[in-house]
Amino acid sequence: MRYRAGWRKTVNMLMLGVTGLCALVTVSVLVLILAYLAAKGWHYLSWSFLTQLPKPVGEVGGGMANAIVGSGKLLLVAAVTGVPVGLMAGIYLAEFGGKTFSFLVRYTTDLLNGVPSIVMGIFIYTIVVLPMGHFSALAGGLALGVMLIPIVVRSTEEFLRAVPGTLLEGALALGASRWRGVATVVIPAAFRGIATGVLLSLARVAGETAPLLFTSFSNRYWSPGWSQPIASLPVMIYTYAISPYRSWRQQAWAAGFVLLALVLLVNIGAHIILSRRYSIQRG
Amino acid sequence: MSTFTGTITQTARPEGSGRARVFLKRLRSGDEIAHLITLIFALFIFLITCLLVYELYLHSAIPRHRFGWHFLVSRVWDPVFEQFGALPFIYGTLVTSALALLIAVPLGVGGAIFLAEFAPTRISDSLTFVVELLAAVPSVIYGLLGIFIVIPLLRDPVDPFLKKHLGFLPLFQGPIYGVGFLAAGLVLAIMIVPFILSISREVLLAVPTEQREAALAVGATRWESTWQVVVPYARAGILGSIFLALARALGETMAVTMVIGNTPQISASLFAPGYSIAAVIANEFTEATGPAYLESLIALGLVLFILTIILNGLARLLILATTRRGTAH
Amino acid sequence: MGMGAGTKLSSIGSETNFRVRMTEHLPRTSDIKFRISHLNFYYGAVQALHDISLDIPQNQITALIGPSGCGKSTFLRTLNRMSETIRHTRVEGEILLDDEDIFSMDLVTLRRRVGMVFQKPNPFPKTIFDNVAYGLRVNGGLRGAALADAVEASLRRAALWDEVKDQLGKSALTLSGGQQQRLCIARALAVNPEVLLLDEPCSALDPIATAKIEDLMFTLKENCTVLIVTHSMQQAARVSTHTGFFLLGKLIEFNETDILFKKPLRKETEDYITGRFG
Repeated sequence: MRYRAGWRKTVNMLMLGVTGLCALVTVSVLVLILAYLAAKGWHYLSWSFLTQLPKPVGEVGGGMANAIVGSGKLLLVAAVTGVPVGLMAGIYLAEFGGKTFSFLVRYTTDLLNGVPSIVMGIFIYTIVVLPMGHFSALAGGLALGVMLIPIVVRSTEEFLRAVPGTLLEGALALGASRWRGVATVVIPAAFRGIATGVLLSLARVAGETAPLLFTSFSNRYWSPGWSQPIASLPVMIYTYAISPYRSWRQQAWAAGFVLLALVLLVNIGAHIILSRRYSIQRG
Repeated sequence: MSTFTGTITQTARPEGSGRARVFLKRLRSGDEIAHLITLIFALFIFLITCLLVYELYLHSAIPRHRFGWHFLVSRVWDPVFEQFGALPFIYGTLVTSALALLIAVPLGVGGAIFLAEFAPTRISDSLTFVVELLAAVPSVIYGLLGIFIVIPLLRDPVDPFLKKHLGFLPLFQGPIYGVGFLAAGLVLAIMIVPFILSISREVLLAVPTEQREAALAVGATRWESTWQVVVPYARAGILGSIFLALARALGETMAVTMVIGNTPQISASLFAPGYSIAAVIANEFTEATGPAYLESLIALGLVLFILTIILNGLARLLILATTRRGTAH
Repeated sequence: MGMGAGTKLSSIGSETNFRVRMTEHLPRTSDIKFRISHLNFYYGAVQALHDISLDIPQNQITALIGPSGCGKSTFLRTLNRMSETIRHTRVEGEILLDDEDIFSMDLVTLRRRVGMVFQKPNPFPKTIFDNVAYGLRVNGGLRGAALADAVEASLRRAALWDEVKDQLGKSALTLSGGQQQRLCIARALAVNPEVLLLDEPCSALDPIATAKIEDLMFTLKENCTVLIVTHSMQQAARVSTHTGFFLLGKLIEFNETDILFKKPLRKETEDYITGRFG
């Protein structure tokens, strides 16, 4: 009897160790390789990297200023096209939803969420690039925009639902119509969460490469307007990383650092904002 | 007593053309408008999805008509003679994903068990925060790390080691390039572990405490209560998280194409270079000469799309099953 | 409904008495604010209110008591048609506000005339000022100095002005529970309702906050008809002039508070008051 108890305790300790090791390995491998990226990227980061255009193949130096701006432009198009759709759909699901339409919208939103990013690129290629006849910033932005719709829908709905129903009741009891109550009480109450959700969705699509490969393609120069191919950070990272030129590979590290820093900053910021939100409501 | 006086102001009781008047009144109050506007946007999503499916189907017509179902099982990928078969890519996608699961599932589920059941709350929360942050890292960055860290590591210490000690298995035979199925599988594993870990942890935490307490109250150790009661209870949800991670791995493009070697071949050896559906589309789409080539790539996209839909659907059902069980108690 | 012939006669008698007394004691000609006749209410297929008929006297405090789940809150919410915010509900019967049918009245007007304060304080996550001003802004009109004056007047009526006059810009969520509830009362008062419906307003509050709100009610009733749903018989006895006893969705008895508590006409009422159940 005592022997078995001892054995079971040993197993308990052992499995605690094993699972702890799993957690440790997971976290440390990830943290280590990202630290490596940070170190190398920081090493190769320079002012010229941030401000210059790429130099011709083989020449040392140059930068990715056009890619940084390009990513910004793409995100702008994505935000303008995808965020309103996502917000409205989220409001619909949370505040108005009829039974059949809600199911339909929710199901297709989930579906859209699961579409591989490369397939999204194909889709935009067929409906934008083919008719236009060439790659464009518009196409790339649209691809990203469609990708961020499901994320925005889900987070908007979640944060709207988190607002206690009694707040809307209070507004209705004062004579506000339903839409007015939603617009002036419920949405402001959920605003912080919704805004953070939008930012997170932008951070998520900012790093997407596959859908841009044959929609916005790339560009070694500035891309004026919206109907020309445009450079972007992720695509440049990809192109430079697989290239045979050391200078390019170094710039790939620097670009990776910039992209990662931006994405992580937004995510950490969102986490902080959201956890602060709850502590205010408790008071 | 009470008379129905005419002092009622805004609206008369609806009669006759009253229905139109009621609709107009509600329209003026804005509720109907708001409902309509938000509904239109929401249905737009439905429209986009339908359009997506339609376009994929439409633009894969050539290979569908020319090859039919044979497309899925043919090994030939010859753009010159316009013979296209999906098998090498399906194989590569499945092999790399299976390998990724093999590595990521024990790590992820094990780690989740530790964080949900054993670790003190603060450690659990902060480590989870870090892991979830890692899930937000873009794929191309994992590809970057794959090329410059994983591949050199594989090429020198790891692969020769495996070949030397496990070379009797066909899995570890053949020339070593660094790139290949093993590299891709490893990088994919690193990418999907955060998903499995965080979702499984949430699912485990959702198991009602009464279950754990019931086991502990009869003298089970923490591990026994976890392994024999909590994990089986959460089994469906954990499986769901695995399916979700698998769906993600299947569609993963950049990290894979940067380390898999981009060769459409089927090989038993993990050291051999290969190709995945997403990788071939990414690489050859802009180089595709001729409609048959392009549409074959799109057909591959359709295959991938269908695969991920099925997996995602299953995953959601499973995760739903666990959470519903939780609330039923 | 299980009313025997005997009880029916006596309750009719008391009803006549009650109406007679009403006209004796009150100076105004229209002394009934709400006239409810044969109200039936359904949640889907379940009937929650059975054939409720009563008259709510104007400018008095009327209390509704009864055990949990007996329909008091449901009844209250039909009076400003808040019941319509829940799907699959159905109302039968007539409710007259000053002889006007509330179901053909404009909903916004009704809700401006009949205000409501909820069980758990539900201030908006806005500033104190914006909370009180909300009803005024939504119903249009006031701006600037006029708005500020109206907000101050409401806060004074709710006995909250002195405590918050220097912090109108602070978030309403920083107030204590009792203050939040008085803020909700101020918010409801801002649009000058003729009726104030209070749904167990003190159940989430401590005794001191409760006492403040009860004092408040006495000052309010001069310009306002107050209808309060309460768990506490002591509170009903303290504040109200008339009390209705609800049980299982039926109005068992409605009478002057003194009479209901000292000489209840129905056995069920007596059982409840003496604590045999509930």
